Amino acid sequence: MAKQIVKMNLNGQEIEQLVDSRMLLVHFLREQMNLTGAHIGCETSHCGACTVDIDGESVKACTHLAVQCDGCDVKTVEGLAEGGVLHAVQEAFYEEHGLQCGFCTPGMLMRSYRFLQENPNPTEDEIRTGLSGNLCRCTGYQNIVKAVKSAAVKLQQKESATA
Amino acid sequence: MNAPVKTPEERKAELQGMGDSRLRKEDARFIQGKGQYCDDIKLPGMLHMDIVRSPIAHGRIKKINKDPAMAIPGVHAVLTADDLKPLNLHWMPTLAGDVAAVLADEKVHFQMQEVAIVIADDRYIAADAVEAVEVEYEELPVVIDPYKALEPNAPVLREDLAGKTEGAHGARDHHNHIFTWEAGDKSAADAAFANAPVTVSQHMHYPRVHPCPLETCGCVASFDPIKGELTTWMTSQAPHVVRTVVSMLSGVPESKVRIISPDIGGGFGNKVGVYPGYVCAIVSSIVLGRPVKWSEDRVENISTTAFARDYHMDGHLAATEDGKILGLKVDVIADHGAFDACADPTKFPAGLFHICSGSYDIAAAHCSVKGVYTNKAPGGVAYRCSFRVTEAVYLIERMVDVLAQKLNMDKAEIRRKNFIRKEQFPYTSAFGFEYDSGDYHTALEKVLDAVDYKALRAEQEQKRNDPTCPTLMGIGLVTFTEVVGAGPTKMCDILGVGMFDSCEIRIHPTGSAIARMGTITQGQGHQTTYAQIIASELGIPSEVIQVEEGDTSTAPYGLGTYGSRSTPVAGAAIAMAARKIHAKAKKIAAHLLEVSEGDLDWEIDRFKVRGNDEQFKTMADIAFAAYQQPPEGLEPGLEAVHYYDPPNFTYPFGIYLCVVDIDKGTGESSIRRFYALDDCGTRINPMIIDGQIHGGLTEGFAVAMGQQMPFDEQGNLLGNTLMDYFLPTAVETPTWETDHTVTPSPHHPIGAKGVAESPHVGSIPTFTSAVVDAFAHLGVTHIDMPHTSYRIWKKLKEEGVQL
Repeated sequence: MAKQIVKMNLNGQEIEQLVDSRMLLVHFLREQMNLTGAHIGCETSHCGACTVDIDGESVKACTHLAVQCDGCDVKTVEGLAEGGVLHAVQEAFYEEHGLQCGFCTPGMLMRSYRFLQENPNPTEDEIRTGLSGNLCRCTGYQNIVKAVKSAAVKLQQKESATA
Repeated sequence: MNAPVKTPEERKAELQGMGDSRLRKEDARFIQGKGQYCDDIKLPGMLHMDIVRSPIAHGRIKKINKDPAMAIPGVHAVLTADDLKPLNLHWMPTLAGDVAAVLADEKVHFQMQEVAIVIADDRYIAADAVEAVEVEYEELPVVIDPYKALEPNAPVLREDLAGKTEGAHGARDHHNHIFTWEAGDKSAADAAFANAPVTVSQHMHYPRVHPCPLETCGCVASFDPIKGELTTWMTSQAPHVVRTVVSMLSGVPESKVRIISPDIGGGFGNKVGVYPGYVCAIVSSIVLGRPVKWSEDRVENISTTAFARDYHMDGHLAATEDGKILGLKVDVIADHGAFDACADPTKFPAGLFHICSGSYDIAAAHCSVKGVYTNKAPGGVAYRCSFRVTEAVYLIERMVDVLAQKLNMDKAEIRRKNFIRKEQFPYTSAFGFEYDSGDYHTALEKVLDAVDYKALRAEQEQKRNDPTCPTLMGIGLVTFTEVVGAGPTKMCDILGVGMFDSCEIRIHPTGSAIARMGTITQGQGHQTTYAQIIASELGIPSEVIQVEEGDTSTAPYGLGTYGSRSTPVAGAAIAMAARKIHAKAKKIAAHLLEVSEGDLDWEIDRFKVRGNDEQFKTMADIAFAAYQQPPEGLEPGLEAVHYYDPPNFTYPFGIYLCVVDIDKGTGESSIRRFYALDDCGTRINPMIIDGQIHGGLTEGFAVAMGQQMPFDEQGNLLGNTLMDYFLPTAVETPTWETDHTVTPSPHHPIGAKGVAESPHVGSIPTFTSAVVDAFAHLGVTHIDMPHTSYRIWKKLKEEGVQL
């Protein structure tokens, strides 16, 4: 199988890896880079458990090739906390009971992280639409919506504190 | 300076015991991507297994050519039933007393059945090899409809059972017949119907659905040929039972089999069974002497591992003219697929379906369930419910609505009239269940007041009279009782092992503790809630109590987590183990304080000398003393194990009300309001209870409004990806309102009844009740699920509803 060298910035670190050209990003992250936060729930882009952030966009890593990330900035749930401090979306999911089995959580967090940059002050309907590419079988979404609202407030407070 | 003395209230709050909405201990790892699920496990030298599956639903295997697959570099083995035969592993026993093919033995019985396995260096090579295996089939006639399966000339599905007129549950009267199981008193029920002024009947189909947890099934099997030990990480809701089964099948002594359920990405009944994939991965690891991983994909998950429901039900009620129910009769045709692989307690091939007299005082009742083979995948698991309780609740709640319509009575009024009354508990139903406690009337009135039921009915009346109104409004009401917490070992076993559960608690010298359990969390939050029970019982802060589950080498034997049994059974085991420790702690405290045990009072976290608040020993003091200076005659240490055999099931109940608005033009439905009152007895963590209820209601919404597994005449499953199989997103999912009453279980050590499945069980008929109610003024008494916009639109056309 043909292999390619892929360079990317992964969670803030420049990396260079030899990958099979057909290898999916989600397998690259999980099996080659040992970052098992992104999960595989459907292989068809429906469930969003594999959501990561590539160059400022939410991407489903189960239908994206690793070689497509050459030269990209890739962030996974493992890169969300900075300097040992949880990101506001992580804190909020914990505080609002926005997770149960935890399988969808990395994808939900990565989508919420990006969504709140796209829309820092969303309504409930906007949150529901913004997260509609991510499925959860446990929570019924109600506490996830609360968590995203709470994270929005946290991020705004943080911003006004640093302004 | 001394720290200020804490008040009892402050000390109690610090424990974060029962009743506290304590945040979850498990979350720290999940929010940082550090959960450890089965597919995250990677062992040195690990190979990957993939499965060759049948494209047809019924046929004979003429030939399998492995050579093209074996020629692919990186492929280690291709195994078929013929390779498993010498090990006698080509068939395996099911939990329902039948056998199931591990790999298809000469015949395939359903589409996607396991035909061969390939083991390769990585999952990509394994997938290539699956494509390369050549299998020739001779197609046979397919039977999808269970009624047609019972026709005299129907094709014979299970040739391996030829001549067997006796099954695991009695006589078989047809080659596709599995069992007929009855409960209640037929002659009493017949007599009630013969004399009744009013009778109603309704046929209904509860569609085949799939639990579809977000994580599919999988395992990593690792056999150590030198030690002869087998360790398997597995997506299992019942690791101890799996260990017993694996030992029985493989011949490896149970002491050398270790099953570990790591973090599980949702189960909902899908992860109770033992599937061919697990068995094949274990065999492969034993044969090759290397670790082997199997990870199911979503299509495989929906197509082959344990579906739920598929009950074709005929319900009949007999009643007086003023709506007092006199009798209930139910006949069910149960489509079990190609192998009877339901996961029910052994004695109950239809699970606890005979809870179908519901919350009502019905003097005479009878039910009969006939299990049938068809060319579909095996299963029939409890999808977020106790065994077949969802089907039972759906049946009775629909029937009560049908009767109310016939008598022109209000849904709430007919329920009030027939409820088991508070003073009747403990109440023995016509089917023999002893309901532990309940107060249905109080709960019903609470809900009707909360939603202003009268105003809703008035609004509906006004809308029905307004031809310009663009919507039909429906009000659904369900007042259900569940039976959970299986179960008393005198009635319930799995493969002969009684359905007790267990807990082992150790208090360390410095006052922290570890509890190991026979259950396994799949998102329910056991690591949080179990600690709360211990905190309240023993006065040790939840924060320093570790809860471990899922590793059969360290946890005491238990039957696992399904059927809402964790709190009713394992939760009781915790309390009982804690009480053993409490009793020993009291002896140590008396010794330390130089008083008799009779002079001590327990207060939150300490034993006090009666009448003297200054003289006390906290549990932390006692723990240290237990390891340092136990009183004479008492062994050192502070730990206990308890295996809890419940005296009875528990009977949580709930009152659910739903308001739906249906667009007359498009058939689209909108859930305007859903009010769920649950009574699960004592509440351990209200935050987690609410979360469980939100999740269960959402799953119920999915089942009622969209989930189905349709098959064509050739046995092709027409929806086996998340493109086709309905899992609601945040957009479709309604907003839920929750409420509660508290009626503790009198026989449970802490009065808890279990909650996580009630919202699934109770909500499904509520949605149907609401949708049917929207059409009730047109004489419609029942509409089968799922209530998709297209199906509702067809109903609108059928009934001539004009926009």
